Amino acid sequence: MSVPPASPARLTRSALALWGERAVELLIRLSGVSAVLFVFGIFLFVFLEGAPLITDLDWGKVIFSPDWYPTSRENVRYGVGAMIIGTLSVTVLAMVIAVPFGLGAAFFVSEFCSGTLRETLKVVIELLAAIPSIVWGFIGLSVVNHMIQRFLPAPVGLNLLNAALLLALMSVPIIVSIGEDALKAVPDSYREAALALGATRWQIAWRVLLPAARNGLLAAVLLGVGRAIGETMAVLMATGHAVNIPTSLFDPIRTLTATIAAELGETAVGSPHYRMLFLIGLMLFTITFAVNLLADLAVRGVRRE
Amino acid sequence: MNRPSPTPRNSAALWALLTCTAALLTAGCSKSGPGVSVKPAVIQNIGSDTMVNLAQAWAEAYQVIAPDVSVEVSGGGSGLGIAALMNGTADIANSSRHIEPSEEARIVERTGVKPREFLVGFDALSIFVHRDNPITEISMEELHDIYAEGSALDRWSQLGVTNIPNARTDRIIRVSRQNNSGTYHYFRDIVCGKKTDFKLGSLDMNGSKDVVELVSRTPGAIGYSGLGYKTPNVKMIPVSPRKGARAILPSIATTLDKSYPIARPMFMYTPTAPPPHVQRFLDWVLSPAGKKIVEETGYIPMPPPQAQQ
Repeated sequence: MSVPPASPARLTRSALALWGERAVELLIRLSGVSAVLFVFGIFLFVFLEGAPLITDLDWGKVIFSPDWYPTSRENVRYGVGAMIIGTLSVTVLAMVIAVPFGLGAAFFVSEFCSGTLRETLKVVIELLAAIPSIVWGFIGLSVVNHMIQRFLPAPVGLNLLNAALLLALMSVPIIVSIGEDALKAVPDSYREAALALGATRWQIAWRVLLPAARNGLLAAVLLGVGRAIGETMAVLMATGHAVNIPTSLFDPIRTLTATIAAELGETAVGSPHYRMLFLIGLMLFTITFAVNLLADLAVRGVRRE
Repeated sequence: MNRPSPTPRNSAALWALLTCTAALLTAGCSKSGPGVSVKPAVIQNIGSDTMVNLAQAWAEAYQVIAPDVSVEVSGGGSGLGIAALMNGTADIANSSRHIEPSEEARIVERTGVKPREFLVGFDALSIFVHRDNPITEISMEELHDIYAEGSALDRWSQLGVTNIPNARTDRIIRVSRQNNSGTYHYFRDIVCGKKTDFKLGSLDMNGSKDVVELVSRTPGAIGYSGLGYKTPNVKMIPVSPRKGARAILPSIATTLDKSYPIARPMFMYTPTAPPPHVQRFLDWVLSPAGKKIVEETGYIPMPPPQAQQ
């Protein structure tokens, strides 16, 4: 950028320009701080809605018991054990599917292809990320449901595998784009040095880039995990929504998020059931916060290197 | 962190941008102000998912008869409808169960007037299985053992059903509703008993239609839903009140003579003295024209003598 020659105008700025600049500066500062305010505000809101119930619960039972009977006449029980297992199992299975594909695609886009193919792939992968989750849910409910029933020995098409497939498809674009950035961040001198030593492309990817971009790739995976844990509509529609501890890939399950989505609309505001749903929200908040924090620490690790 | 201070040229450009944006915004706002036509009287009709198809059909037919009144129907459940009546966001609450004393007390407390009840018809909860399922009938005891907590009936072979094509499992796949739907509560009270809960592990669908849809795709499934939701892809099975008694298919006749064991009334609730346009709509709903629609949508209309309360 060329520096303009010093002129008298620069020294005598009008009051309007001066105040305008300050106002804009304040505005930008506020928008920066607002993110923090919103996060704390939301956390506080969720916590306050759920808080009155915290001391009334037998937390051992809440965490480990599968008995979820919030609207029972005689015996109200708030066990979320089955849903925690449901959320974890569907997330783990989704990652088992998504991580190899996601990281593979990241390596391919970043290292093994170029020109039009690369640009096309990037655009298409970003399009994949833009599909709304309700559309994924609809695909799960109609297409995947039908295919699982037809080609696999599953008694019911809405199950753990169906939801995990959808979640995998939803987290792959995140893993690819962040993974690709991580690979790009590896200095070219590494590649050049490896080439100079006679390494093949495969050896460069596997022995040089993978260790060098380790933290960034880990962050990509963790953000994918965060996406999978927090997903609601698609899993509500595709899991079968059954309070059930899965013993096979074809068992229907229920997740924490889907429970909130299905039940919050009809609970009376302020009732224990309502508060319990907010406490489930708090659990989710804690889990995703931990995952995102890990991802952030992983990225920081990259920068420090 | 070092921020480069903006040159006068930059800040001028910024100002220009800001004023432009502001101008655009105000222009956009002033455009959308007037021009909205005079709205017809609106009746907000909120509540039971079971009744939403029926209420929608009523609303559409009433639109033809009284174009100056628009009936806006939304579902969400009986509880939601009654809550909306409480908050004053609904003119009519649809409910597939009696209003509970606590809800009535809350309405009186909030609005100062008692809700008024209109019995608009009956809904027979049908038991659906996949159309390839060879089962011919089921008893209330068997339904209890399939659905109620603590009962061990969970295989089709225990019911004597052994060759369901493509089921791939002997397990009975129970399809149920989300735990705050009116249908869920009604089925639980009448099939499991008032003191017993459902068995865990049922697939809890968020709508009456979803239950039928899932059962039609799943050979090993059983589910319950309104009579009006039957499709050609599911089989409705006759229910006997006791084991050994004659099994009865849900129909208008068997609901009205109370021989079909799983039928329930459908109500509309309004404030004690609804506004005239709401009252006129309700009168029409209870008239023969309204009852014809009840029958057309698959529900059971009130028999003539008791129609007017």
